[in-house]
Amino acid sequence: MSDLFETLQPRFEGLEPRESSDHPAVQCPVSLILPLVECLRDEFHYEILSDVTAIDWEERSPRFSVVYHFYSVQDCRYLRVVTDCPDDENPAVPSIVALYPGANWHERETFDMFGIRFEGHPDLRRILMWDEYPYYPLRKEFPLAGIETDLPDAEIGEETRAKVLAAPMMGGPFVADTGSPMSKSEPRAKDQSWTEWKKKEALEDGGPEKD
Amino acid sequence: MATTKEISIGDMGARASAYQDELQGENMALNVGPSHPTTHGVLRLLMELDGDVIKKCEPVVGYLHRGDEKIAENMTYNQFVPYTDRLDYIAPLANNVCYAMAVEQLAGLEVPPRCAAIRVLVSEMARISSHLLGLGVYGMDAGAWTPFMYTFTEREKLYTLFEELTGARFTTSYTRIGGVARDVPEGWLQRVSDFCDQFLPILEETCALLTRNRIFMDRTEGVGVISKEDALAYGITGPNLRAAGVDLDLRKDRPYLGYDQYEFDVPIGSTGDCYDRYLLRAEEMRQSVRIIRQVIKSFPDGAWYAEDAKKIYAPPKGKILTSMEELIQNFMIVTEGPRMPEGEVYFEAENPKGILGFFVVSKGGGVPYRLKIRSPSFVNLSILPKITEGLYLTDITVLLGSLDFVMGECDR
Repeated sequence: MSDLFETLQPRFEGLEPRESSDHPAVQCPVSLILPLVECLRDEFHYEILSDVTAIDWEERSPRFSVVYHFYSVQDCRYLRVVTDCPDDENPAVPSIVALYPGANWHERETFDMFGIRFEGHPDLRRILMWDEYPYYPLRKEFPLAGIETDLPDAEIGEETRAKVLAAPMMGGPFVADTGSPMSKSEPRAKDQSWTEWKKKEALEDGGPEKD
Repeated sequence: MATTKEISIGDMGARASAYQDELQGENMALNVGPSHPTTHGVLRLLMELDGDVIKKCEPVVGYLHRGDEKIAENMTYNQFVPYTDRLDYIAPLANNVCYAMAVEQLAGLEVPPRCAAIRVLVSEMARISSHLLGLGVYGMDAGAWTPFMYTFTEREKLYTLFEELTGARFTTSYTRIGGVARDVPEGWLQRVSDFCDQFLPILEETCALLTRNRIFMDRTEGVGVISKEDALAYGITGPNLRAAGVDLDLRKDRPYLGYDQYEFDVPIGSTGDCYDRYLLRAEEMRQSVRIIRQVIKSFPDGAWYAEDAKKIYAPPKGKILTSMEELIQNFMIVTEGPRMPEGEVYFEAENPKGILGFFVVSKGGGVPYRLKIRSPSFVNLSILPKITEGLYLTDITVLLGSLDFVMGECDR
């Protein structure tokens, strides 16, 4: 770990080691992502981009971190690169599709789930949810029960006035609050916004966000 | 007296040529799926065809999206095990093992040798069962019905063994964090060994139906070639990557569960076409049998769960009902979940479909703060637009069969 980091640090100012119990990890400023990734691919034999994902830290700022995992076939080792998105409202990081074509779908998924924009991505659309879907489901404020939305097909939605109903929460999953007295920690669905006994409220912030 | 009436239909020749201009160079849009026999699940392909030739092919995924990662953030580590069955539902045992190992790494647990041996055994059996389905339906997609009958009969025998071990044929939920749900039943190892003995000749018989089958070869050789460079750039893993000639098998490169004690070869392809991928899967099954035999031969005694996993692992049922301490512990584990240290862990295992990875972020407590599933099928499908260009429409069937993906894992 330290060898790799010591070689990299003089070349990339602002690069910091990141605490990690398994693989080497670095914390990289968002402006250095592209040169760092290119250097990792060309000089350190990280041929495979295993994974791109994000973490929503909720109350912390910067709120979103993008996490990359690289694997080197030659040296049989991983590297974790983490970068914080500077803006909490409109999080964005540069896209690495030009360096690893495989990043295409990973970045689309991260955009779909967290609303993080990957600047320079050739085709940044939703991938798992449908194109018109207005929310980012893996953000922490999104309830587990889901939010009612219009049908993906606007014409059918208008005709039938049907909605996409999220699954009700009764039945689980059940989690007890940690830390509170045992009398209060009866396991219950973490998200109580919609249960058998309580109707779901409309979303507070009004209309869906548009991209 | 008869009268004649003249009807002008215009200049036929001129009209035909006008249409021809219009039709010339126009591509046809073709939608395949999401519910279509060749797509093996709910994959949808939006294609642009010029006659029979594919100009553009765009996979549309997400029809089986259940939000597993969101669900994981809302339940304890133990509760998530059954959800891993539903990722690659062709090889649930391999997913169980991978998930358990990721969380064990977070908790800093080491499983005893007997548990590791059981896990290797079930992973390899899962690999055989997955490849059996993969080859069977692949042959069927190419028009060869008979191999499917052979492979499904064998798969059925494996499922009987799984049922005996785990209590379920399909949704096994067999591993626990720090161990497995139960020890192997009496005489089970012998039955697995018997299965291997009768399986190899049948595998040869099945392969004899395909390997030198003229029709099968014509349809698969040189079709859907994935080059070494493309495979690496797109992050393809598993048999699809090895067929392209890259020697990457985590069982060899980063041995986990004591895979380094067992002798086996990693088959590597040379051209990376559909035929190579078929040969590779067949060979992997033979190697898996080799591993299974070695595991059975050197099956260690001892505990099948980690002693220091007591705070994570629910105590045995008999003890809960008779001992106060175990009862309290069981209550705590069920209500609050196991106490996990803070940290981030990324663990990958070599699954039948490719490399399955779990990225777990913990802030302490019994619930993961973030759990990301890196699914091999999702990544393997992302190369489709690149390799389908210029293929014939009929090649799509064999290409999808040869990639061997599962939508439950792709969409999560």
